[in-house]
Amino acid sequence: MSNFTKRSVLRTMLLGLGLATIAQPIWAQDNPIKVGTSMALSGPLAGGGRQSRLALQMWVEDINSRGGLLGRKIELITYDDQGSPAQSPGIFSKLIDLDQVDLLIAPYGTVPAAAVMPMMKERQRLLIGQIGFQINSKTHHDMWFNNSPWSDADSWVGGYFKLGQKVGVKKVAFLAADQEFSQNILAGAKTLATKSGFESVYEQTYPPTTVDFSAMIRAIRAAAPDMVFVASYPADSTAIIRAVGEIGIGSSVKLFGGGMVGLQYEAVMNTLGSQLNGIVNYHTYVPEKTMAFPGVREFLDRYTERAKAENVDTLGFYVAPFSYAAGQILEQAVKATGSLDSVELAKYLRSNEVQTIVGPIRWSADGEWAEPRVVMIQFRTIKDGDAEQFRQEGKQVVVDPDRFRTGDLISPLSEAQRN
Amino acid sequence: MRNNSTSFWAFALALPILGFVLPKVGLNEYYFYVAYVVLQYVVLATAWNILGGYAGYVNFGTGAFFGLGAYTALVAMKAFGAPLFVQIAAAAIVGALLGIGAGLLTLRLKGIFFSIATIAAAIVIETFILNWRFVGGASGMQVIRPEVPLGFETYTRLLFFVMTILTVLAIIVARYIEKSWVGRGLHALRDAESAAECSGVPTLRLKLLACAISGALMAAAGAPFPLYTSFIEPHSTFSLNYSVMALSMAVVGGMSRWWGPVLGAILIASTQQLAASASPELHLLVVGLLMVLFVIVAPDGLVGLVQWARKMVGPGRKEVELARGSERA
Amino acid sequence: MSIDLLLEGLIFGVFVGCFYAAVSIGLSIAFGLLDVPHIAHASFLVLAAYMTFLLGSYGIDPLLAGLIILIPFFALGAVVYRFYYEAFEKRGTDAGVRGIAFFFGIAFIVQVILSLVFGLDQRSVAASYIGSSLGLGEMRIPWRLIVALLVAVGLVLALNLYLSRTFQGRAMRAVAQDPWALKAIGANPVMTKQWAFGLATAATAIGGALLIIVSPVEPSLDRVYIGRTFCVVVLAGLGSMSGTLIAGIMLGVIESLVLTAFGASWAPAVAFGLLLLVLGLRPQGLFGR
Repeated sequence: MSNFTKRSVLRTMLLGLGLATIAQPIWAQDNPIKVGTSMALSGPLAGGGRQSRLALQMWVEDINSRGGLLGRKIELITYDDQGSPAQSPGIFSKLIDLDQVDLLIAPYGTVPAAAVMPMMKERQRLLIGQIGFQINSKTHHDMWFNNSPWSDADSWVGGYFKLGQKVGVKKVAFLAADQEFSQNILAGAKTLATKSGFESVYEQTYPPTTVDFSAMIRAIRAAAPDMVFVASYPADSTAIIRAVGEIGIGSSVKLFGGGMVGLQYEAVMNTLGSQLNGIVNYHTYVPEKTMAFPGVREFLDRYTERAKAENVDTLGFYVAPFSYAAGQILEQAVKATGSLDSVELAKYLRSNEVQTIVGPIRWSADGEWAEPRVVMIQFRTIKDGDAEQFRQEGKQVVVDPDRFRTGDLISPLSEAQRN
Repeated sequence: MRNNSTSFWAFALALPILGFVLPKVGLNEYYFYVAYVVLQYVVLATAWNILGGYAGYVNFGTGAFFGLGAYTALVAMKAFGAPLFVQIAAAAIVGALLGIGAGLLTLRLKGIFFSIATIAAAIVIETFILNWRFVGGASGMQVIRPEVPLGFETYTRLLFFVMTILTVLAIIVARYIEKSWVGRGLHALRDAESAAECSGVPTLRLKLLACAISGALMAAAGAPFPLYTSFIEPHSTFSLNYSVMALSMAVVGGMSRWWGPVLGAILIASTQQLAASASPELHLLVVGLLMVLFVIVAPDGLVGLVQWARKMVGPGRKEVELARGSERA
Repeated sequence: MSIDLLLEGLIFGVFVGCFYAAVSIGLSIAFGLLDVPHIAHASFLVLAAYMTFLLGSYGIDPLLAGLIILIPFFALGAVVYRFYYEAFEKRGTDAGVRGIAFFFGIAFIVQVILSLVFGLDQRSVAASYIGSSLGLGEMRIPWRLIVALLVAVGLVLALNLYLSRTFQGRAMRAVAQDPWALKAIGANPVMTKQWAFGLATAATAIGGALLIIVSPVEPSLDRVYIGRTFCVVVLAGLGSMSGTLIAGIMLGVIESLVLTAFGASWAPAVAFGLLLLVLGLRPQGLFGR
């Protein structure tokens, strides 16, 4: 609060000074375009939150080194929302009412973002999404544009079930965490399974405090499914894959994985090493040649250097390019319209394609990607204890959708594990 | 003392009036968000202190009471379309019942068992909510807010007004308990339960009464929460953070007087809001350090420091709470 | 569901239960025997797990690491108790609330420091018994769970022997019941408790090593274990070592059976519901004195 008053006093003084000396440039410099957002910088979701903040900072530095936007510098204002919906509405009010930001990027993650949607609609503000899932499905805000390459649950897990149909799956087992994201995905996956004519032979929802998965994996083996769909959080992902290695999942399983969060993070992948081989899982970006969008490799190289210094995930595949793209979305819209007005910008984004380091993006009416492109990847030839291997091609082979495919699915799991 | 009392009641009357008028004269929306959160913590810390400070029973389940209140309100809203006032009343009743339940279970046990029971109750209740699809289960639920009643511009402004009322209620109750025979009985209970019982203090009933009041206030503080966030989800609603905060606020503020937790809550909750941009982790660390520091160096919290300072400055003033202060010496 | 599966679920429950006992045994001494409201126990567990991780990065086996950190943890426990005694127990009356707040504050500080130093990513260790299993016909048991069972049983046996056979051990049991009698036989109650709290924290160090052997850890994991460890200790009846083992196994088995029969979602509600029931009906615990 005191900061605010101090700043306005300072500004008034500067203004007086400026009027006296006709110093128009000083005024322009002192009046940057403010971009506001929040993310979890502490708490369990902070791993992703810190990635996203770093990427956005890099975007701001890049754009400022090119002379800014509309001749003004960009200033990024971020707050820690701890990933909690109790924090994010207050923070967004602060951004809008106190900091008076010009542009807004949604809180990182689904839950804190969902809590600010009604406010954004009431105030008619443009909001660029950050790795949120179906946030706009209840609010129907027409100024929402997601940065993440998915729309509904179908777009997320559809590829996994398509692969299942290809290899002749009949029976499917479900394993999902009792957490917001996993439950949403699970609901979508079950609908898809029914649609594909699969029979559900096992279904287990487990609490986030689960210590050991041996009994569940054993039960899945006994149910002898053709395919196992797992929707888990990072800590569980490791424990589940470890238990699969120990207990064995049976030779009937053709496909394993699907919606496991964490298998995109360096720390988790390093821990699991060769145990990852054969698993098929969703991803947003992998360093395969079909996904070499202009600028993304160069961005990730720079990101890695910065991430090492800041003790965040140095791979950054899952979140960082998309957060950078959230900035690029704003950049292109502002440049094209020459305006900071939410209505103008939203109008532009609704009818134009935006070029970003994660490829060109167009949106459908609900603000989700018109052509979702969650990819299903299969881990191949992963060795233990080599952090650098995940930057190479051919380690995370895209097996779906066809336009990004870099290899054919190896199935069943036992066969794929041998590679 | 009468002087003191008049100014207290003037303040108790003025706060809700301010709460009604301030939101209507403009003012930056953000201040109402901050004020709402701070007042919410004032209610939680005050409620916690009724049991923790006066009776010596440490509740680790503040989050459970808060979350239960929030979900009770959600159910009342979703199933019956109940207005906010009814939601809060329903939450308070459910919270009181939970408090009595926890109290009954650990009736004749030492304080720490009550703490353990509240941890267990928190986990059991959260598990039920996680599995209850009607309120969204683990996925949570977007709350569709009806039109703002009472001519307020936004929900935040209305909820700020509502929270000022709850705050005043909580403080009046805490102050009454402290000054009446209930408070003296609870004190006796804290210091020596069996001795208190022998000397004719109705320990059981007193303890249950404190459990019920404390639980009702905590749940009432949680009732407006679904409308405040417009999205509710169990993990953050039943967060252990509420327990940590309530406990640290009471400890830092001082547990022997009603204004201790109020002071503690205002101090810690507002610095937390300021720290959101710098480093919330450091804020947590500071809260932890303060808690340890205060229980060791200043076991009576800010209340103790203020009383000490008063004694230094004006030795002429008659110390009404001398009897209370002397037990520490 | 088949009988085999139920039986296997039961067996896994026993293994996980032994693990629960191993991580609770330190609390069983500190809270059960010494009556110290040691809310920071779970944080010490996670701290020990991170120390094991730190030693593991130098190629030291996690079990060996658990033994190495025994001594510093013993010292840590002794210091913490001394501090607690000087600040609270010595002053008498309402140590209750403030003692709990003190340990709560410590738990807090440990958690924040861990996340500042080690970051928020989950950490795990490597060893030959992690990720492999013992095959018994159709059934396969992970070696890490077998290690947990052996360590738990070993800890309980060793502590039982120590408490019943040595002078120091008997003094520890006596101090909880009658400090004056202890003085009469020439032992210093404060020193005895300090020694015992050190021992409890040392046992927690081994529990922490097991924690990271059984599953990956992150700084906020203590919140998961506060409830579980207190549940085990209260179920056991305060201060009973073999009771702790049995109570841990009970918790593990119930969780596992509920999981198999009703779904894993309900496991925490049942386990802690049982705790509430015990508190209401038989507060001295199932195997209490």
